Amino acid sequence: MTARARLLMFLAAAAVIAVFFAVACVRLPAFGSASHPYGDRAVAAALEHRTANVISSVNFDTRAFDTLGEESILFGTVLGATLLLRRARDERHVRAQAEDVMTTTRLFGALLLPVALIVGVYIVAHGQLSPGGGFQGGVVLATALHLAYVAADYRVLKRLRPLAVLDVADSIAAASYSIIGLTGLIVAGAFLKNIAPLGTFNEITSGGTVPVLNAAVGVEVASGLIALLAHFLDQAVEIGDPEQRDTPDANAQGGT
Amino acid sequence: MDQWLIGIAVVFVVLAATLAVLTRDPARQAVVLSALGLGLAVLFAVLQAPDVALSQLAVGTALTPLLILLSVRKVTRRPDDGSSDLSSNRNEGSDPERT
Repeated sequence: MTARARLLMFLAAAAVIAVFFAVACVRLPAFGSASHPYGDRAVAAALEHRTANVISSVNFDTRAFDTLGEESILFGTVLGATLLLRRARDERHVRAQAEDVMTTTRLFGALLLPVALIVGVYIVAHGQLSPGGGFQGGVVLATALHLAYVAADYRVLKRLRPLAVLDVADSIAAASYSIIGLTGLIVAGAFLKNIAPLGTFNEITSGGTVPVLNAAVGVEVASGLIALLAHFLDQAVEIGDPEQRDTPDANAQGGT
Repeated sequence: MDQWLIGIAVVFVVLAATLAVLTRDPARQAVVLSALGLGLAVLFAVLQAPDVALSQLAVGTALTPLLILLSVRKVTRRPDDGSSDLSSNRNEGSDPERT
C-alpha cells in the first residue's frame, strides 16, 4: 500500500469517526452537571453489595468480566515479554557489579523500602473501602521493590526478588480469578457472580467476592510487573551483546 | 477555584501531549511522557477520580517511562551513545567522588 493510499484511507476513516463522535458529543450531558444516570445506578449496586468504594464495586462486581479481560492482557504481556526477552544462545551473561553507593542513599532506601511495601499492601487490602485496589497497589508494590536497585545495586534487587516464586504466584493469581468466577457459575448460575457473604459495610471484609478478586489482581499485578521489569532490567544490565565480545571494557561499562 | 484547577490541568496535559508527540528522541520522550503522566494524574484527581489518578501516577509516570528508558538503553548500540540512558544517569547520581 502506498503512502498516498494509506493517507486517503486514514482520512476516510477519520472523517467517519469525526462525524459519529460529533453526533455523540451533542447528546452528552453538560460538563460538571448534576445528572449522573450511570453513577446513580453504580452507587446503588455498590451499596446493595456493601462495597464502600464504588469504583471497586464496578471493577470487581458489576463489571468483573471486563477486569478478567484486563488482567488476562497483563498476564499475556508478561508471558510475551518473558518469551521474547529470554537470553538468546549467542548473548553473554555479564554479572552485575557491586556498586559504591552513598551511605545516606542506602539508609534512605532501607528506610523507605518497607514503608513503600506497606503502602502497597495497604492500597491492595483497602481496595474495597478507599481509592486504590489490586491494580494500583500491585503497581506500587512492584515499583517499591525497585527502590533496592535505586538505593543499592542490582545484586541487592536480585536477592530481594525470588523470580521463580513470583512467576508461580502470577499464574496462580491469574487462574484464581477465573476459578472464583467459575465458582459463581456453579453455585449461583452466573460467571463471576458475587456469592461470598457480604459482611458489614465499610469493614475490610465487606463486599463479598470483591476483596478476594481484588487481592488476586493485586498479587497478579505485583508479581507480573516485577517479572516484566526483571526481564527488561536483565536485558539492560546483565545481558551483553554478542558483537561486543572482544571489548570487555565496553561490556563492563555497558553492563553496570 | 475547581474550574481554574481543571482548566490549568487540561492546558498542561494538552501541551505536554503535543510536546510528547513532537519529541523525536525516545529517551527525551520518556521524560516528557512522565510529565504528561503526572499532569494526567493531577487532572484525574481534580476531576474526582482518585482511583484512575493512582493508576495513572504509577503506570504513566513511573512504569512506562522506565520501560522505555530500559529499552532505549538496550537498543542503543554504541557504548558512548548512552549519555542519556538510565544507568549512566544513575552512576552520575551515585558517584562515589561526591561522598
